Amino acid sequence: MALIDLSEVFFQYEGQTEEDGAVRGVSFGVNKGEWLSIIGHNGSGKSTLIKLLNGLYLPTSGEVKVEGISSAAEDRIWELRKKVGMIFQNPDNQLVATVVEEDVAFGLENLGVPPLEIQGRVKNALEKVRMGEFAKHAPHHLSGGQKQRVAIAGILAMEPEVLLMDEPTAMLDPSGRKEVLDTVLRLHEEQGITVVHVTHFMEEALAADRVLCMDEGKIALSGSPREVFLNIGGLHALGLEVPPMAELSLRLRKKGLRIPETVMSIEEMTEALCQLKSAI
Amino acid sequence: MLGDITLGQFFPGDSPVHRVDPRMKLLLTALYICLTFLVKDFIGYGLLLALLLFCTLLSGLKLKFMLRSLKPILMIILFTFFLNMFFAKGDRVLFAWRFIVITEESLYFAAFMALRLVFLILGTSLLTLTTSPIALTDGLERVLKPLKLVRFPVHELSMMMTIALRFIPTLLEETDKIMKAQAARGADFDTGNLLQRAKAMVPLLVPLFISAFRRADELAIAMEARCYRGGEGRTRMKILRLQAVDYLALLLFLALLAAELLRQRLL
Ligand SMILES: Nc1ncnc2c1ncn2[C@@H]1O[C@H](COP(=O)(O)OP(=O)(O)O)[C@@H](O)[C@H]1O
Ligand SMILES: [Mg+2]
Repeated sequence: MALIDLSEVFFQYEGQTEEDGAVRGVSFGVNKGEWLSIIGHNGSGKSTLIKLLNGLYLPTSGEVKVEGISSAAEDRIWELRKKVGMIFQNPDNQLVATVVEEDVAFGLENLGVPPLEIQGRVKNALEKVRMGEFAKHAPHHLSGGQKQRVAIAGILAMEPEVLLMDEPTAMLDPSGRKEVLDTVLRLHEEQGITVVHVTHFMEEALAADRVLCMDEGKIALSGSPREVFLNIGGLHALGLEVPPMAELSLRLRKKGLRIPETVMSIEEMTEALCQLKSAI
Repeated sequence: MLGDITLGQFFPGDSPVHRVDPRMKLLLTALYICLTFLVKDFIGYGLLLALLLFCTLLSGLKLKFMLRSLKPILMIILFTFFLNMFFAKGDRVLFAWRFIVITEESLYFAAFMALRLVFLILGTSLLTLTTSPIALTDGLERVLKPLKLVRFPVHELSMMMTIALRFIPTLLEETDKIMKAQAARGADFDTGNLLQRAKAMVPLLVPLFISAFRRADELAIAMEARCYRGGEGRTRMKILRLQAVDYLALLLFLALLAAELLRQRLL
């Protein structure tokens, strides 16, 4: 059984009808230990969808289940939210406390964990995102990437099953983006944490096990990153860019160069080109 | 241009005064305020002065910082002083001109009242100078806890204070950014009469308010996602436990209070 299960989920904001709702009949599962990326153009319903996964929004119809708990079960909503942690886009607007370690403790305090255990788990979580030395710092003195890592630590401390991230790097500079993505990648590999990652940077989606592409509140494409990104015509039709290297390799192929279809990243492209060169 | 506004006046340190538990400090400040109102003569003020000097020296704060805290209310102190000097009743006239009459008693009374204000401010400043706003909020929440019985929203209040402390620097930064952006488009915040300047603030305040509301909205969602559901069933990471220094401080303050009361009885 999948960790998170969505069946025929619809969601409409006030004034929307079923036909123009933000989410229109979405069904999929998130498996334990996988990294799922959700892409799609602005307004395609990604943020709405991800907020349905931890019960911040409740489906207008259909059902979302996390380990068998329905998000509509009011008496178990906190149990569900403990299992499904969430990181938001704006690093500033999700940190509550004036000191880093207090902020990481916030979720645990809400869960009623005993003080000594909180202290241990906070320290541990900060180490995991490599922010241990900043434990006593004020959040507003940190960089955007560091703030996001603190936010991740705050979720990790709660020991969730899944980490949801809604464009966590959209407001960061390139180095902050790399810092945050590397942190989550490491946690995914070392701790096997399940990740659902909404992004509009196609290169970031390359790291995923599976990619869902949203359009008009529906899942338009899905599959492994390679399957999705090789469908260049399909992506263009949805108003999405293709990762630059995938696009380049397609154009080179059209010119008759023998670049493998699987080339998606700069490293792979470099390697493919070097091989071509040495073959000459 | 707004970057140099510091929040509160906390002076970090590791002195015995800094180390006193925030709850105890709040209690001691309350005792100190009682003492200020109990004092009936200048000898009593001498006692208060000795206590303040002792604590200040112990805290490692410069006297300058203590005195600086008087600056914002200097006008009020002077106003109190002159008001009392001119209008308090008395017999032994020192100076009289038309309706202005200054007597020995009124002078004494004016000085006494002004000093009371000075001592109140100095004492509370010592509290805020040696206690971080976070510790203060934390202490306040725990001291006020009994008020929960009468449905006073203690936890909500302290959560509000924490969030305010967290977001004031962020909002100041944002104000600064908007001001610069508007200035780059030719807005002028510094010249013109009061009305013109107030008008110039509108394009500053509107985006600031919109952004503050958006932030509040997003923060509320983020808090909910992290299982926040009010103070019920909540624990805290920090354990506050009273130490020797807390009991010593309490003893000192109680002894002084007793001494002053005894002195007033005997004399
Ligand atoms: N709070 C809201 N109230 C009403 N409509 C909304 C709200 N948030 C989003 N929408 C609408 O729902 C649709 C999906 O939005 P969203 O989930 O934010 O998309 P994405 O995150 O992919 O950009 C959009 O048409 C958007 O205008
Ligand atoms: Mg979005």
